[in-house]
Amino acid sequence: MKRVKRRYLALQIESDGIISQKELMDAVWGAVTKLYGECGASLTSLSLIDYDVEKRYAVIRVSLASLNMVRASLASIISVANRDAAVRVLAVSGTIKALFEKLKA
Amino acid sequence: MKRAFADLHLRINLKDPAATLRVINKAATLGYSLVAVPFSPETHADETLQLRTACSEAGVDFVARVDIRPRTQNELLHQLRKLRRKFQVICVYCENKEVARQAAKDHRVDLLNFPLLDFRGRFFDRAEAELASSSRAAMEIDVKPLLVLEGPARTRLLSSLRREAAIAREFHVPIVVSSGVSVETLLRKPRDMAALAFLFGLDEASALETVSKNPVAIVKRNREKLSSGFVAPGIRVIKEGDDC
Repeated sequence: MKRVKRRYLALQIESDGIISQKELMDAVWGAVTKLYGECGASLTSLSLIDYDVEKRYAVIRVSLASLNMVRASLASIISVANRDAAVRVLAVSGTIKALFEKLKA
Repeated sequence: MKRAFADLHLRINLKDPAATLRVINKAATLGYSLVAVPFSPETHADETLQLRTACSEAGVDFVARVDIRPRTQNELLHQLRKLRRKFQVICVYCENKEVARQAAKDHRVDLLNFPLLDFRGRFFDRAEAELASSSRAAMEIDVKPLLVLEGPARTRLLSSLRREAAIAREFHVPIVVSSGVSVETLLRKPRDMAALAFLFGLDEASALETVSKNPVAIVKRNREKLSSGFVAPGIRVIKEGDDC
């Protein structure tokens, strides 16, 4: 069976209040579902790897094939938990190690 | 070489200097090296000076742009004669077919913008694209409606944009993706803007060009045209005097 290639995305969340992990993932899944439907969302293999509530950094994992879909969906997020927010992609990488190296650079 | 990104449509409220500064600084932080702000046609050149200073302090290149909404072909021609040498970018809001056709074939028009919510008022068809390709006018798409609309309205908008983007590519009409936002929370990174361009069927390279190569080329071309030494495309005065 062919191995599924993945990409890790480092995200920065800009919002007025504190956003919980659940609220963030609800917003991300909501955006993907709104744009691509439930079938499209199921192809993304989206999962949260790490989330720092205080620094507002998150790392998510998606399948390489759906990277553009997820990027477009993340860009379309304008609110999280009824608060104005923006989710910005800081870096994209094939491994978590390389992702953190990119962030440090 | 590092790619230069541009946002040709920052709708800043010029009466609120604090908000203006916030938006410009945010654009600089997000990675834009060039921003254009629309002014009213009555604006004098010195009124743009304050904004130019703010942009240079933030480290972004500033471009003065004018948006015109003519109702007739003659009104469009009159405004173009009056404004072409005053602004670096001219955008025409095509609210009827007569204006859309004239704007597409006029070399003085840089950007064609169409009503985003009136789907019957979007006149970017094959005839329009053919005219635009010969005059080098670009089609501008604001991403703000893509962010704020939901449900059937967004679906219809995406459907129109996908059709028009395909026509534009067929006729080699450049597409410029701009933010069209007035608040910093709705500003997106250039690569995120390009990601939104995937939604209307552009591939990765073309999507990146809509926020970099295409808008930068328009500004570069117009700056050259507005410079004192410009004679004709490709010809400019490099030295003047008796010893030439």
